[in-house]
Amino acid sequence: MAKKKETKLDFGSKWDYSAAPESAGHAEIKKEYGLYINGKFVKAEGGKKFASTSPSSEKHIAYFAEASNKDVDKAVKAARKAYNEVWGPMAPKERAKYIFRIARLMQERAREFAVLESIDGGKPIRESRDVDVPIAANHFFYYAGWADKLEYAFPGKTAKPVGVSGQIIPWNFPLLMAAWKIAPALACGNTVVLKPAETTPLTAMKLAELIHDSGLPAGVVNIVTGAGATGAAIVNHPDVDKVAFTGSTGVGKIIQKAIAGTNKTATLELGGKAANIIFDDAPTDQAVEGIINGIFFNQGHVCCAGSRLFVQENVKDIVIKKLKDRLSTLIVGDPMDKNTDVGAINSKEQLATINKYLKIGVEEGAEIYQPNCTLPKKGNWCKPTLFLEASQSHRIVQEEIFGPVLTVQTFRTIDEVIDKANNTPFGLSAGVWTDKGSKIFNLTTKLRAGIVWANTFNKFDPTSPFGGYKESGYGREGGLQGLSAYVKLN
Amino acid sequence: MSRLEVQKTYKIYIGGKFPRTESGRFYPVKLKDGTITNICLGSRKDARNAVVAARNAFEGWSSRAAFNRSQILYRIAEMLEGRKAQFIEELMAVGDSKASATKELEASIDRCVYFAGWCDKYTQLFGSINPVASSHFNFSVQEPTGVVTIIAPESPSLLGLVSSIMPVIAGGNTCVVLASENSPHVAVTFAEVLNSSDVPGGVVNIITGKEDELVEHFSSHMDVNATIYCRNKHLNLIKENASLNVKRVSDWSDKDWYRDGDDPYLLLETQEVKTTWHPIENIAGAKSGY
Amino acid sequence: MTNNQLIALKRPIDQVGVEERVARFQTRSIKTEAKIQGLKMALNMIDLTTLEGKDTAGKVRQMCYKAMHPHDALPDLPTVAAVCVYPTHVATAVDALKGSGVKVAAVATAFPSGNSSRKIKLADTKIAVDAGADEVDMVISRGEFLSGNYSFVFDEIAAIKEACGKARLKVILETGELSTLDNVRHASDIAMLAGADFIKTSTGKISPAATMPVTLTMLEAIRDFYYETGKMVGMKPAGGISKSKLALHNLVMVKETLGDAWLSNEWFRFGASSLANDVLMQLAKQAEGRYQGLDYFSKD
Repeated sequence: MAKKKETKLDFGSKWDYSAAPESAGHAEIKKEYGLYINGKFVKAEGGKKFASTSPSSEKHIAYFAEASNKDVDKAVKAARKAYNEVWGPMAPKERAKYIFRIARLMQERAREFAVLESIDGGKPIRESRDVDVPIAANHFFYYAGWADKLEYAFPGKTAKPVGVSGQIIPWNFPLLMAAWKIAPALACGNTVVLKPAETTPLTAMKLAELIHDSGLPAGVVNIVTGAGATGAAIVNHPDVDKVAFTGSTGVGKIIQKAIAGTNKTATLELGGKAANIIFDDAPTDQAVEGIINGIFFNQGHVCCAGSRLFVQENVKDIVIKKLKDRLSTLIVGDPMDKNTDVGAINSKEQLATINKYLKIGVEEGAEIYQPNCTLPKKGNWCKPTLFLEASQSHRIVQEEIFGPVLTVQTFRTIDEVIDKANNTPFGLSAGVWTDKGSKIFNLTTKLRAGIVWANTFNKFDPTSPFGGYKESGYGREGGLQGLSAYVKLN
Repeated sequence: MSRLEVQKTYKIYIGGKFPRTESGRFYPVKLKDGTITNICLGSRKDARNAVVAARNAFEGWSSRAAFNRSQILYRIAEMLEGRKAQFIEELMAVGDSKASATKELEASIDRCVYFAGWCDKYTQLFGSINPVASSHFNFSVQEPTGVVTIIAPESPSLLGLVSSIMPVIAGGNTCVVLASENSPHVAVTFAEVLNSSDVPGGVVNIITGKEDELVEHFSSHMDVNATIYCRNKHLNLIKENASLNVKRVSDWSDKDWYRDGDDPYLLLETQEVKTTWHPIENIAGAKSGY
Repeated sequence: MTNNQLIALKRPIDQVGVEERVARFQTRSIKTEAKIQGLKMALNMIDLTTLEGKDTAGKVRQMCYKAMHPHDALPDLPTVAAVCVYPTHVATAVDALKGSGVKVAAVATAFPSGNSSRKIKLADTKIAVDAGADEVDMVISRGEFLSGNYSFVFDEIAAIKEACGKARLKVILETGELSTLDNVRHASDIAMLAGADFIKTSTGKISPAATMPVTLTMLEAIRDFYYETGKMVGMKPAGGISKSKLALHNLVMVKETLGDAWLSNEWFRFGASSLANDVLMQLAKQAEGRYQGLDYFSKD
């Protein structure tokens, strides 16, 4: 056969998009934020505070109070009091209306929240505007309606609230995770002490302001800022009945151990290393888009990211060619620009972790590929990265990188790919791409993961339960099944 | 000359076979009539072998049709009913009255029937089709969590054993069970029932021995997905060990098995929820209606 | 190619995935300099079209003037790419556009239904080419395609291509009648293999016409054909693109699917009649800073 001419598309600069920055003018940022405890914004004990910095511009954003054990204790006491006196006894349909009101307020102020989320966390405005904020508002709207219908959710049982819920959320979806945790807790009649991540406290405190504006009774939701020590204070507080945590598997295990000697219940939403499997009969272009969304959405700071690509060997060349071309069209840079596809890495620490894995991957002999894109001088950035010729024994394949880094492996048969996909301690999500229905259902039943996306990836909805198998945690958030974590059944 | 009775050797049940403990150890259990029976003193290696057997059996058992699992669980009830006299005798031998032994046996049979009926219904009741806002079909369904270790109640020895096993295997899990220490005979006989009622080898593995010795391995084994604890001594240790690989832990220590055992929510405790998404094509602007 | 060979070309397209990709193109924000450049590019890609039963030489001549002088009040405007007329009006258009660089395209092959004999379709093509058409816009036989007679469609395109001689052949799939994106993709592949220089969505007589999902599916087919053969094929969405914003989003789609090489009127066209004035209004707005009214732009 004659050697084919190498065909290459040119994604050059013939028609570059001009800067299209989202206006930040209407989003007000205070110089300093206190703790939201018992319906009031208060300073931390001893006035301790920490700063939050923009990961893209490196500019100082605001100071946030650093909650001590005493502050957490106050917050838990306020939550307990509100639970006993107000929120617990309240008629469920009245509870519902408060939660509906929060949803509406968030919809009204959606753009402001989106702007702040991008400034504080580094994610592209397109995502905070189109994904994080609307789904967060929808979560409140969805769960609001459950408040007075719980007897239908648990046939044969009576559902009672658990009590005071201590909630610790990560930095990758700051507002959305707050909504995932607070909305079902409130709907089931619990009160809340929530701690946002120390690198992304801004929208949580904005949410506190919004909740305050909504007229929610004092103490029903308390939001305290701080780092690991503050989180530990919540987990270990004797009057917390339930712990809800989203974060790394490492910290999840520490929490599980910490509450072992108590009656606390927990839901843990931990790490993942999802397989995204492309068969030769897949709709190729949509699959390539799914790969891109799977790993580069939110800079790959996604626990359910499709970070392990498995391509059937007979279509490897074309899939990788398309993938490389698609990488060339990704715009990396200013999160506030409406055309940005990949924003800033959330923190210097996370960037160091990602860079460590890039080094490991190269040392392990995987073939690194990065598109030719220019990165801003200031801020934390990482080029979208492929590791070709990766193998199951590579650390970059086994460990969660939590960045825009995709490993590419090939497979020949279905049995082989199921085996490889399940060969991990994680079990959060998986992706399957094939045009054949019976093959999809074969795979979706055999993949040991809590969410399986077939011919799609990284889709989220308030009605759709989310959570993992194995070391990806336990309990579900979202949907009917997401109520279970916040009720006691009699 | 009167005939010499043939006595039974009580062995453990792993992978559908009845080996002696690999440790060669035993512990004596004295019956009401003074007879001493030698019971296998199961070791950590027995537990390990049992987990391997349970893991090997998992794929086959979990992918059986729910209707098939239902029939097999019903078959267990049939076999129990047929061996009624033996079980009552064994329960009486360790001190039960005839009335209480009969009551326990009958409740155990009924428990099997109860969960046999759930096999092909719980996903209908607790699964869901989720009306997502995008053009996707989205459904959630329960799936077994995997290999489950069970520290069965000390008493009632038979009903507790049956009640802790049934919800686990009805839902497609496989399990390794530690039997009652002081009344293990019925557990071994129950294993014989399982072995003759089409339950594939490895789905249920029963070990006799001491909780103090085995609880560590039941809860720290990295290939075990969940642990059910039905006694009241080691819950905290189990929960701590569970954090090694994020095991699910169920505390069934305060169950009154006559009253609390008929409950599908027990079955849900060893279930995962899997949610599947798929696009729905909408030609010419017709939107999906799910 | 045999029918079986053509059947084997079928590739699945996931419609929802295509729509999601399109939605993402639509989030691209085209402002300031990029907008002006994009609008001028769009104007320069238009096939200014009149395909009516009541077309006359006068109408065609007036449109040809507009093609060469879109809006003389604004400096530095390009001409449109071509005018598109029935074969009977080709001579008029060739005459009116002489020396301007604006091409003349003729619809042929029993446009728009394509329901006629091979003989008549070839004759139709020949009339257009003989009259000086630079480009021929043919329609495929949708009935034959939908009944599974793919080799008929293939052979017909190949025959028309031969009859075109030097004229470039645009193959209209009439995607609104093909129903699914899988069919759009399959028809695109057949047309390109049979020798199409351009593939084109629609006649403009059937709705839906050039929707973005359809255009994206065809652009991706062109990309695969290029990967496979190294041969560039042009793309012409036609029908339903009357607003600048939609035209710009189409260009975004071209830029990010096929790259810079296709961002010229040699490889990309808009089949449209009212798009030109909307583009001109937007250009005037960019130049003057005021929103415009249609009364200030000539309708030809």
